[in-house]
Amino acid sequence: MKLSVSIQVNGRTYDREIEPRLLLVHFLRDSIALTGTKIGCDTSQCGACTVLLDDVAVKACTCLAAQADGCSVTTIEGLAPDGRLNALQEAFWTKHGLQCGFCTPGMIFAAQALLRVNGNPSPEQIRHALEGNLCRCTGYQNIVRSVQAAAAAGVR
Amino acid sequence: MMDNFSYSRPATLKEAANQLGKEHGKIAVIAGGTDLLGEMKDNLAAPERLVSIRHIADLQGVRASASGLRIGAATLLADIVENPMVQERTPLLAMAAGKVGTPQIRNMGTIGGNLCQRPRCWYYRNNFPCYKHGGNTCFSAAGENDFHAIFLGGPSYIVHPSDTAPALVALGATARISSGSRERTVPMDKFFVTPREDVRRENILLPNEVLTAIEVPTAPAGSKAVYVKEMVRETWDFALCSVAAMVTVKDGIVADARIVLGGVAPIPYRVAKAEAALMGKPLNEASAAAAGLAAVDGARPLAKNGYKVPLTQAVVKRALLSLA
Ligand code: FES
Ligand code: FES
Repeated sequence: MKLSVSIQVNGRTYDREIEPRLLLVHFLRDSIALTGTKIGCDTSQCGACTVLLDDVAVKACTCLAAQADGCSVTTIEGLAPDGRLNALQEAFWTKHGLQCGFCTPGMIFAAQALLRVNGNPSPEQIRHALEGNLCRCTGYQNIVRSVQAAAAAGVR
Repeated sequence: MMDNFSYSRPATLKEAANQLGKEHGKIAVIAGGTDLLGEMKDNLAAPERLVSIRHIADLQGVRASASGLRIGAATLLADIVENPMVQERTPLLAMAAGKVGTPQIRNMGTIGGNLCQRPRCWYYRNNFPCYKHGGNTCFSAAGENDFHAIFLGGPSYIVHPSDTAPALVALGATARISSGSRERTVPMDKFFVTPREDVRRENILLPNEVLTAIEVPTAPAGSKAVYVKEMVRETWDFALCSVAAMVTVKDGIVADARIVLGGVAPIPYRVAKAEAALMGKPLNEASAAAAGLAAVDGARPLAKNGYKVPLTQAVVKRALLSLA
């Protein structure tokens, strides 16, 4: 059985026929070729697949594309549409908030969710807000510094 | 990859309920899917059809009611944590919902799903043919039972994994259930079932029923509440032991106490003896310690989860002292 869905991703609407079992993360990576969203664990643990679904951060590996029908999704590609990093990404760049970069798209969305509600988070609060994201390279110190730098630069 | 299934997105609750079958597991309700999809990926559940209820307006949101709040079952946990009415009238629920999973999970998971989630027992999750899968044994009884029940265990020794369930039992909440044609309401402490009552399931929902809302009475005037959750690590885990405590002190003595444990029994476990140990006493070191001791009276640990007894005792005491 196929299902018709219409999902807006980074401002553009994609109408597709999908199998109901297709996960949102596979829709993004395979159906519409946006591979910025990563799959680390496929079990809701690591947060590498984090995207915004109707503006809140969710794990795209544990969400059916069918559940996103009629919704708007933002992926990491949507943050730098013309190839220029946004201020939060810039902070990760300058503070070395990544090594291999695999966790970074997810970290960015988790950090963004925090900065929206708290413009001046303590390192404790940053760690707490990133509890759903793992960095396989264990670069947490610099990730926290990156988020602090973004906050200092006025990212909200 | 999951087996394929069909998917529907009915417009109303009635339509949704009408699509459900007479057998558990064949047709499944999906809201956030944070537990169900994990189960399907691991082949613990293989429904032929998913009926999505996430978008149904009737099941959404927090509304003031005569006695407190009515919370739609498909309300996101994150929305409950942040809701000003929940924070003001039933703060215990806001605290407990805030301890579920991680931000991303609270943004996808719903209160109804949190109450109806399946156990985390590793034998169950690794597809051992145990009671929960229709078999006739519980492998944890004589196996690796580090995280299993110390109360009400047998024949299965799962623990109930929900954080919101103990809070809702403590608050005296009621579940609203619908089969489309028939509505019923059940007090939250009657919603969950022990393995002795039904070894396959953790709650009373029939295959053709949907949990539609939770009615939560406003916490008693002057009450204070806290939800404490102990995990193997500091974050992002299920409870080894959790305590939902709500205490009202009048004229210096405890006039009302509700203490409900999570993570130590197959259902949220109200400890009447601990409540009794507090009543009529000032809330202090001595009464909190007595309540902690009373809370573990009758505990029956297995070979590897004995640590849960002193842990529970200590967490009950600590939770209560934080309210003094
Ligand atoms: S891939 Fe989704 S949380 Fe790890
Ligand atoms: S930078 Fe490699 S996983 Fe985080």
